Amino acid sequence: MMAYDAQAVRRLVARGKQWDKVFVIAGLLCMMVGVLTLALLLVGLIQDGAGRLNWQFFSHFPSRRAEQAGILSAIVGSSLVMLVTALAAIPLGIAAGVYLEEYAGRNWVTEIIEVNVTNLAGVPSIVYGLLALSLFVYGLGFGQSILSAGLTLALLILPVIIVSTREAIRAIPGIIREGAYALGATRWQTVRDHVVPYSTGGILTGVIIGLARAIGETAPVITIGALTFIAFLPPAPVSGEFPFLSFEWLRSPFTVMPIQMFNWLSRPQAAFQENAAAAGVILVVMTLVMNAAAIWLRVRYRKRIKW
Amino acid sequence: MNTAPTNSRSGRFAHNALRHWGERIIESVLFLAAFSAVAVTVAIVGILLYESQAFFQHVPLKDFLTDTQWTIMFTDKHFGVAPLLAGTLTTTGVALLLAVPIGTVTAIYLSEFASHRVRETVKPVLELLAGIPTVVFGYFALLMVTPALQWFMPDLPGFNMLGPGLVMGIMIIPYVSSVAEDAMRAVPMHMREGSYAMGATRLQTALKVVMPAATSGVVAAYILGISRAVGETMVVAVAAGQQPNFTFDPRESGATITAFIVQVALGDLPHGSLEYQSIFAVGLVLVLLTLFFNVLGHVVRKRFREAY
Repeated sequence: MMAYDAQAVRRLVARGKQWDKVFVIAGLLCMMVGVLTLALLLVGLIQDGAGRLNWQFFSHFPSRRAEQAGILSAIVGSSLVMLVTALAAIPLGIAAGVYLEEYAGRNWVTEIIEVNVTNLAGVPSIVYGLLALSLFVYGLGFGQSILSAGLTLALLILPVIIVSTREAIRAIPGIIREGAYALGATRWQTVRDHVVPYSTGGILTGVIIGLARAIGETAPVITIGALTFIAFLPPAPVSGEFPFLSFEWLRSPFTVMPIQMFNWLSRPQAAFQENAAAAGVILVVMTLVMNAAAIWLRVRYRKRIKW
Repeated sequence: MNTAPTNSRSGRFAHNALRHWGERIIESVLFLAAFSAVAVTVAIVGILLYESQAFFQHVPLKDFLTDTQWTIMFTDKHFGVAPLLAGTLTTTGVALLLAVPIGTVTAIYLSEFASHRVRETVKPVLELLAGIPTVVFGYFALLMVTPALQWFMPDLPGFNMLGPGLVMGIMIIPYVSSVAEDAMRAVPMHMREGSYAMGATRLQTALKVVMPAATSGVVAAYILGISRAVGETMVVAVAAGQQPNFTFDPRESGATITAFIVQVALGDLPHGSLEYQSIFAVGLVLVLLTLFFNVLGHVVRKRFREAY
């Protein structure tokens, strides 16, 4: 074999390093595609929709006249649907996560449950809409109501909450549990008083990410037949007369923010698309704030806890 | 203790038995919560099969698979799923052509080149991108990307599959890049050190050592991307035109399986009608499609897992 002379080796290395630099630039550009798109999207939305973002937009019902239309029914609908989603998904998800981490043995039942949780995370969201249409709307007779929508979105975000609960619980060292058992605590007392409270940060992160996803989901809610034009509010949950609490609102027809935006977006008139942009700004701000809060929480808890 | 010592022992046993039963009940409740994941899967499969079986009593399976027209909303009804599949595959293809190269380069950059600080700042931003509601991306595709494309291609119609496909591609970049990056970071350091010791540059190490070692994870990331793009709904429902069209040309308008479901659901469809049943039939196709990719991803990850 011929020996390389020093000059040739140097040239070779220099050329290799040149390619490194080229790739760094390419990598930066590719990385920026996502970031720039995000910026472009936000700037574009605000530019198109800023004109409509006033008090009147928040306090009016949708209307045939674009400049009078507002998002009141959509905001109220989204809030009530989120309430049902949270009440159904959070206890169920945390309970499932706790079972899988703290109770389940290594056997085929556990295996099946785990495979199912992973698979559910990969099921397209619109399929949950089909499930809900057949099961909640017609099968159980809930109708095209807030209850149906809230339960649908709860099933959709269940895997997110289960997975983050498990991760949060797994991070708690065994000595904590052993300490509790040594003092005579039962398994449930250990979980209730130690494991779950200490993993609150991680669980909360998952809950926020899940709810942020649910608030922006459109397809499953359209599929169960949410209306696109709602000019009234559901009956109030609290009233001045006996029995004070009413659950009529659960059965009420509704619309939510993403559907309202979709409805305006699918109309050809420019004035309605301006409304769509304004609704988009609100949606993006809501989900961005929630996601940012989740990321902040995660960083904070990761830093603070040293076992 | 102030209580009388005589009955303390039996009292403690009774207390223990009570505690025992309480524990059993709580464990069963928690088990039921975990089992709900299985129940949901069974319900999805059961309902899709049950409702589409009614559809296939009206429509022969052969027509469904071989006819090249899908005109269920017209009087002259045709029930070929091919146009919807073509729309789904075309938009997915466009999305992947964008997301795979950009996602891969981003992943290599973040895992092999970027400093710790850059990585820790960029990853959350990409996560934020994944958190934007899809209907907002629909707005982006219809009113910002398509007009921009029409600048270069004046013949491009207002509704087309290219714009939404590209936007879907941007949407799935975070999924592709973060899974691929995790796979690359799992490659042990000593393999890189061996490569550097042989005089390889960073790029050579990344392409010839890290990438081959991480193949299974990287391919799994692509498959996750495919599965996301196949199931994506709002972008295509808003910007692709909702016209079932048997074409693979992304410059034309088209409808995907998901867009068709949205279109039918928006109309006031009577329970039990053929249209009602049809969305379950195409939903079944969608689930089979994503299930296929999810299983494929799982197999790839298992089969090609490198033992270091």
